Amino acid sequence: MDLRKLKKLIDLVQESGIAELEINEGEERVRIARVLQGAPQMMHAPMMAPAANVVVPVAAAEIEPGLPEGHVVRSPMVGTFYRAPSPGAKNFVEVGQSVNAGETMCIIEAMKLLNEIETDQGGVIKAILVENGQPVEYGEPLFVIG
Amino acid sequence: MFEKILIANRGEIALRIQRACREMGIKTVAVHSEADADAKYVKLADESVCIGPAQSSLSYLNVPAIIAAAEVTDAEAIHPGYGFLSENADFAERVENSGFVFIGPRPETIRLMGDKVSAKDAMKEAGVPCVPGSEGALTEDPEEILSTALAVGYPVIIKASGGGGGRGMRVVHTEAALLAAVKLTQAEAQNAFGNPVVYLEKYLENPRHIEIQILADEHGHAVHLGERDCSMQRRHQKILEEAPAPGLSLKLRDKIGERCAEACRKIGYRGAGTFEFLYENDEFYFIEMNTRVQVEHPVTEQITGIDIVQEQIHIAAGEPLRFKQKDIQFRGHAIECRINAENPVTFVPSPGRITLYHTPGGPGIRVDSHVYQNYYVPPHYDSMIGKLIAHGETRQQAIARMRTALTELVVEGIQTNTRLHLDLMYDAAFLAGGASIHYLEQKMANLKKSDAG
Repeated sequence: MDLRKLKKLIDLVQESGIAELEINEGEERVRIARVLQGAPQMMHAPMMAPAANVVVPVAAAEIEPGLPEGHVVRSPMVGTFYRAPSPGAKNFVEVGQSVNAGETMCIIEAMKLLNEIETDQGGVIKAILVENGQPVEYGEPLFVIG
Repeated sequence: MFEKILIANRGEIALRIQRACREMGIKTVAVHSEADADAKYVKLADESVCIGPAQSSLSYLNVPAIIAAAEVTDAEAIHPGYGFLSENADFAERVENSGFVFIGPRPETIRLMGDKVSAKDAMKEAGVPCVPGSEGALTEDPEEILSTALAVGYPVIIKASGGGGGRGMRVVHTEAALLAAVKLTQAEAQNAFGNPVVYLEKYLENPRHIEIQILADEHGHAVHLGERDCSMQRRHQKILEEAPAPGLSLKLRDKIGERCAEACRKIGYRGAGTFEFLYENDEFYFIEMNTRVQVEHPVTEQITGIDIVQEQIHIAAGEPLRFKQKDIQFRGHAIECRINAENPVTFVPSPGRITLYHTPGGPGIRVDSHVYQNYYVPPHYDSMIGKLIAHGETRQQAIARMRTALTELVVEGIQTNTRLHLDLMYDAAFLAGGASIHYLEQKMANLKKSDAG
């Protein structure tokens, strides 16, 4: 699944103000829906929206927008996000894992330097919001800890 | 030509650079602080990267964040705009070392011109006339300092070598005050710039600020694009600029312009740059050089038809200048008013939400502004929200057009200095042309006195 394309589709939905966008191409399908009041949590809304046949190859996944409840760990810097200390090594954390405050959860690489990102709060990893190797910006949500 | 340029700045200049890129088919990456996430150019950019919180030191001055943003977006070149890191030689060096093109001069040149003492020396060697003063930095020897000042003639001005742009200066009228003033300026310079070196110059009583715009490529070609008169200043900050300078003979302009172009060839200058002079009694005195695009570049663009920002990009891409000095034609007169979010009388900044915004238009009117209706002017940065530029066949027409435009401009929700500009467009000294750099402050001081009296 091409995450950048998906991000663009999500932005499109948000900016255009339509409630729901469904794209079908062959066997691939994606549906993005949101609540119109602009609540922070995005949920499936039972509203009609035009289903467009767009030539955008996307995988057959349904996006569940919305962050689970919990403490959001955001990126303190710009760089590339990595789940493990080196390629092929074990990921620092997985969903469901329990972490303590101060534990390293990921690496963000910038200017050839690898920076270990620690969690300021302990708890259980509820969600990992970024894919391995994806660029992140300052303030981007990375993990949700409950 | 570049395919993607990262714009390492904010506000109106970020939009200006973006427009130049879009026109050339170049993709843009807008880096921004959290406070600028809703900026117009961020929304229009092909990609945007949040590089830090609102404070400049953690965002627009954050070198690793900016370079990292270039890395993750695969940008090829970085345009630093003006202010922030645009004249930071270390930044330029790190940009180049990281494999990107810095749209500006070489780091060594920025360093040379950033040190005001070495800049003066380089200019003297290149035949550019300078303000008479201490030949280089002031020593610690009080006898020498006193005799230097005596030879130059009072009043004198002490300037910090690491300063510039109106900062780190002190005027001395009498010998009795000299040594203490030098010590004070040195201490302030150490605190503000980490460099206590100061030098001394003759203080000109009623000069005008006239600067020369140049363009130079990597292949040794350099041209000047004429002059700008930026004498309307308050606390060393320009309020209003115009091109050409009223009353300046074309012969004198060509002579000083060619001297500047020649100096560029001599020092191997690359990119756009401005030589700033004090002008008094038909004499030009070099004060400093700005190695970047300037806020007031539009007035030069209006009278020459040359897009200075695009030329910066062409030069950075290694292209030779596409015109020679004789190809540069000057047409008409242009005036620029800097619209600031501030109280027009007290000058206290006025951040906040712009509830109503309407811009003027019509022949000869150009608006360079990033704001829009409902835009929130953040309190963290300088107060300039845009520039209003009027061009006419004559100075009179430019003034008439500016008067009309200023009355059409609507900015509600915050205070602006529009009223001050309207006042200046009817001010006798401004209309006559040739007012000195002290005029505006004297005018404001007189107004205060008459208000109080």
